[in-house]
Amino acid sequence: MPAEAGAELPNFPFKDAGHQRESALFGMWIFLATEVLFFGGMFMAYIVYRYLHGQAFQEAGAHQEWYLGFLNTAVLLTSGFTMALAVDFARQGQRNWLLVLFGVTWLLGAAFLGIEGYEYYDKFVQHLVPGTGFRFTGSDPSASEMFFVLYFTMTGLHMFHMFVGLMLILLFGGWSWVSPSFLLKPNRFEVLGLYWAFVDIVWVFLYPLFYLVHPR
Amino acid sequence: MTQTPEMHFIPRENYLNQGKTLVSWLFTHDHKRIALLYLISITFFFLIGSIAAVLMRIELTNPHGEFFTSTTYNKLFTLHGVIMVWFFLIPSIPNVLGNFLLPIMIGARDMAFPRLNLLSWYVFMFGGLFALASIILGGVDTGWTFYTPYSSTYSNGWVIAMAVGIFINGFSSIFTGLNFIVTVHKLRAPGMTWFRLPLFVWTLYSTSLIFVLATPVLAITLTLVALERGFGVGIFDPRIGGDPLLFQHLFWFYSHPAVYIMILPAMGVISELIAAFSRKPIFGYDFIVYASLGIAFLGFLVWGHHMFVSGQSIYAGMIFSLLSFFVAVPSAIKVFNWTATLYKGHISFEAPLLYALSFIALFTIGGMTGLMLASLAVDVHVTQTYFIVAHFHYIMVGGAVMAYLGGIHYWFPKISGRMYPENLARWAAVILFVGFNLAFFPQFILGYMGMPRRYHVYPEEFQFLNIVSTCGLPLLGLGYFLPLCYLGWSALFGRIAGPNPWDAPGLEWQIPSPPPSENFPCIPVVTRRPYDYGTNPDTHEPEETEEESHAR
Repeated sequence: MPAEAGAELPNFPFKDAGHQRESALFGMWIFLATEVLFFGGMFMAYIVYRYLHGQAFQEAGAHQEWYLGFLNTAVLLTSGFTMALAVDFARQGQRNWLLVLFGVTWLLGAAFLGIEGYEYYDKFVQHLVPGTGFRFTGSDPSASEMFFVLYFTMTGLHMFHMFVGLMLILLFGGWSWVSPSFLLKPNRFEVLGLYWAFVDIVWVFLYPLFYLVHPR
Repeated sequence: MTQTPEMHFIPRENYLNQGKTLVSWLFTHDHKRIALLYLISITFFFLIGSIAAVLMRIELTNPHGEFFTSTTYNKLFTLHGVIMVWFFLIPSIPNVLGNFLLPIMIGARDMAFPRLNLLSWYVFMFGGLFALASIILGGVDTGWTFYTPYSSTYSNGWVIAMAVGIFINGFSSIFTGLNFIVTVHKLRAPGMTWFRLPLFVWTLYSTSLIFVLATPVLAITLTLVALERGFGVGIFDPRIGGDPLLFQHLFWFYSHPAVYIMILPAMGVISELIAAFSRKPIFGYDFIVYASLGIAFLGFLVWGHHMFVSGQSIYAGMIFSLLSFFVAVPSAIKVFNWTATLYKGHISFEAPLLYALSFIALFTIGGMTGLMLASLAVDVHVTQTYFIVAHFHYIMVGGAVMAYLGGIHYWFPKISGRMYPENLARWAAVILFVGFNLAFFPQFILGYMGMPRRYHVYPEEFQFLNIVSTCGLPLLGLGYFLPLCYLGWSALFGRIAGPNPWDAPGLEWQIPSPPPSENFPCIPVVTRRPYDYGTNPDTHEPEETEEESHAR
């Protein structure tokens, strides 16, 4: 292998673009593994408390608007579809399609946050926010409060991840709008796509845990 | 070691003189420079943690607790624990020696993600700022374990600031671990197969798996504590049916593997040192590799042994006890393999080997007492006593810090291009060994007699041994202070080392010292297994070639 000035090479410290792409994706998968463990701590808490306070959790779950959760699932999964298309267009270097699909994904993500925000507001009105204002009638109101603690913490952290994703879409979208050469490394978009898919999948687990607990 | 008469020189262009401004250091992507940034930062944090330890030992010389109030004492041991665990021990070997050596050892020009590497240092420092702020503003008195409900409800300290600091620090660990894993998978030089990796790389790889899989659990756990403290209601709150024990489970799910984050890289360093100074290939390379991975794996299954007296199910306790015993197997494999490597080796007692031998002795004591603690009945007797304190200091100081210093000495010629004063270094190693034992061995006896940890007022019959323990302190301090002085001096004025002062076969010794910015002008091609120390043939069987095994 010839001696060459390393750091000036576009793919440093990798051999070529393909090598860099597989390394970047591999790194992202490892990051997603840490994210699984990060959410895993809370899912563990949910499992333990659901086991300890099953009845109270069902009663609390009855106060959840299932159709809002359903709507949000639909919105988010659709955004996952548009994101996957966007990544594919980025790979083909079709900047206009990429920007359109990023726009659609961004709007769907924002809609998700809006619906979730409305739900938070609704909980506030119904005195279902844990803390001093919490009012609940049921077999074990304090254990039902735990349900809402979990609801706000887990969906809150999920929304934080959504927010980060929306910021990244803005950043990547803006960057490719300003300088088309940003598309020369499509692995950036693939990594973002993986992140977005992960956030989708977390919601797929949150939806049944918080909206479908109450038997109808 | 063999002193070749040839003249050595510092290469005109090396990583140290490529840019001399502060900005060139703060924005560097060079893994070697980032390692030095880490070196300076963790030495600073080590100093802070040590001051707290000194104050505690002075307080303990008399049984009535005359210098500090109980709250101040609580804050001191919390500070000591938090700073030493997260801001010194965990980053020590991986982020300084690992960062410097990992790419060189596998024949790469840098880490897979150089900018992420720099980011991890900034994240580390940012977390450190939060921790320091919480100390300056008034400190935290929960102990480094942050047990709920005390930390979430009753403590008056700056728990949230400290938790945020550790949370941020955790991401530095995650980034480092991620970077190491991808680097080892993707950037090995041609011919550098998995079983040609130096053992230090294997232990860094195992450590990285723990970084990546355990640290996020700590992050979420501390987030939950901080949220509970901030909002006055939360997941560990018993008032609404929460279980404070769940905190302990989640905390130790991280913090027990974290112990292996500290000791595994140390074991890797020791493997390098033992082979280099007995001039033999390491005995049972494959077994040491599997032992490293085994320790990383088993480490995830033993967290419950911190909770034997917490009221967890007795059956859980029995299983955790058994699994904890299993950890002794890979650990013992390593110790036996090191001693077998020494056997009939051409041993030369340079300072790094003295540190390595100290490691083996102290780690064995720490490990054996660990077995005592893994047995349910003994553990109930000594839980929350100085026996525990002595045990984990034997592992973490006697183990991890000894290996860290040994590694710093061994690779010092590579890092700085110059030699340290050998005789002074030998004395420093011996002083540290004596001082450490004087300080910590009495604590085993104290603990077994029943002196509880985390109290500064104690019955008078414990005073003698406490004074003995404090007497170890000046020696221990000297043992740390000497290397700080002479290494600092030799980095500027020491004898020029040349590329390979130890006549070692590792890739890092085949390039100039200090190395050039991108390590290798040409990526090397590796054709041999590591530790090829050309030993004389009658003590070392030549490796069977493939044709020979086919012929058989």
